[in-house]
Amino acid sequence: MNLTRRKTLALGGAAALAALLPKGAAAATSEEWIAEFTGGADMADSGLELTAPEIAENGNTVPIEVSAPGASEILVLATGNPTPGVAKFTFGALAASQYASTRIRLAGTQDVVAIAKLADGTFAKASKTVKVTIGGCGG
Amino acid sequence: MADGVKPRVKVPSKAAAGEAITIKTLISHPMESGQRKDSSGNVIPRSIINRFTCEFNGESVIDITMEPAISTNPYFEFEATVPEAGEFKFTWYDDDGSVYEDSKKIEIG
Amino acid sequence: MLFRTMTVAAAMLALTAPMSAAGGADDDVLVINEDIEITTKAAASPLLDGHLDEVISGWHFRDDDTQAMEMDDFDNPGMIFVDQAIEVWNTAEGSEGKSCADCHGTPEEMAGVRAVYPKWNEDAGEVRTMQMQINSCRTERMGAEAWKYDAADAINMEALLASVSRGMPVNVATDGPAAETWEKGKEMYYTRYGLLELSCANCHEQNYGNYIRADHLSQGQINAFPAYRLKNAKLNGVHDRFKGCIRDTRAETFSPGSPEFVALELYVASRGNGLDVEGPSVRN
Repeated sequence: MNLTRRKTLALGGAAALAALLPKGAAAATSEEWIAEFTGGADMADSGLELTAPEIAENGNTVPIEVSAPGASEILVLATGNPTPGVAKFTFGALAASQYASTRIRLAGTQDVVAIAKLADGTFAKASKTVKVTIGGCGG
Repeated sequence: MADGVKPRVKVPSKAAAGEAITIKTLISHPMESGQRKDSSGNVIPRSIINRFTCEFNGESVIDITMEPAISTNPYFEFEATVPEAGEFKFTWYDDDGSVYEDSKKIEIG
Repeated sequence: MLFRTMTVAAAMLALTAPMSAAGGADDDVLVINEDIEITTKAAASPLLDGHLDEVISGWHFRDDDTQAMEMDDFDNPGMIFVDQAIEVWNTAEGSEGKSCADCHGTPEEMAGVRAVYPKWNEDAGEVRTMQMQINSCRTERMGAEAWKYDAADAINMEALLASVSRGMPVNVATDGPAAETWEKGKEMYYTRYGLLELSCANCHEQNYGNYIRADHLSQGQINAFPAYRLKNAKLNGVHDRFKGCIRDTRAETFSPGSPEFVALELYVASRGNGLDVEGPSVRN
């Protein structure tokens, strides 16, 4: 096929535009995660404690804790990560408390958000800003 | 099956009936997030443990859905009530279909 | 070009203030499993010629959360790999059909070994690191293949042997036949390498406690190696760390297992004489 300059530019332009558009279904955003978990209900400021360091020793392994007395589930999101989902804790009948601790990866400084579904069906939200630094020589 | 996946679980050997105990679980697993690229620039596909459960004598203590943001060598700490003597069962579910298990007995005393 | 000049200038700026007193190391106490007391601060050995008054474990330069991860063997991810090494310890391998256990008994019977390595080996006529000695056992006594230096198998085994010596003071010999190797290591420690022209001493002796960008500089002690680093979520060996440090000065670095790093390991270990064996540790 005889490619004129005009045709080549048009083809190149289309390809560039296609590269910019999202391919198919994109990963869920934090808002979508929250909407699915709460069904759009309001979230109270209290009833859930989220413990996370102010400055992460290293973004690859950041210790966090969640605690929401009486909750049935707690959802944790890393709002600044490429995919925000971190974990969903569902507490069984033999859970002695609605507490859990784990270690997570944070791609950069961001808000870690936790949402608890409390015993009465209402929701509570807690958020912590965690700074993730780039180290010196060793980091 | 991911290579060399090994659990390591801390459960006290005995507890008073109805006591709350703290359980710690670690398991070695790369938790490949699906964000990394290899040296040729190809995305290394996601391959993680996506779920962890703990049961005691068949009843659920905790059930955790895990996403790629959980660090390599996943760690969980949580509390369980021990109503009677029995056995804790821990199960980890891998994206690739493998299932890793560990169990710990506990006595009342 | 401009970037390089700026980086050198920035590095010089970060390291101008010379330090005399211990900077930034906290006062926390390390007891592992509520059972093993670890000496993490000690008077500097005379081998240091007064360059340091006090030697301090890297544990003190990490934040509270990281410190806590080392205090319980079920919080410490490095211990998963110690478990793996215990299995290997008990598994027969090689043409002789022997396991480590067949000659050495339980890993606990190896307590005290890590504390005196690297060590002069009379028969071999060289200073040996633990991995070199393990490989010599494997090839000469088990008829098995040597492990690649600082590869997973070797590091895991080093972590196991460190774990059974926790709480015992590091005490490497630097005199007699080991003296020449020790002197070589000492010379390396004080040599400036790379485009950044940094020696180990520039950061770890003159600036421990200060920050280099966001990194809290330690004294660069190795009593607590192998170290489970949060950064790469795995156990890291001494030579791998040396290699990275020298590479980061923008120099052609040396290889794990090389005579240069064996010498440097002996010297750096001796700087920590008096601190307790702590590995596998948790670091950033």
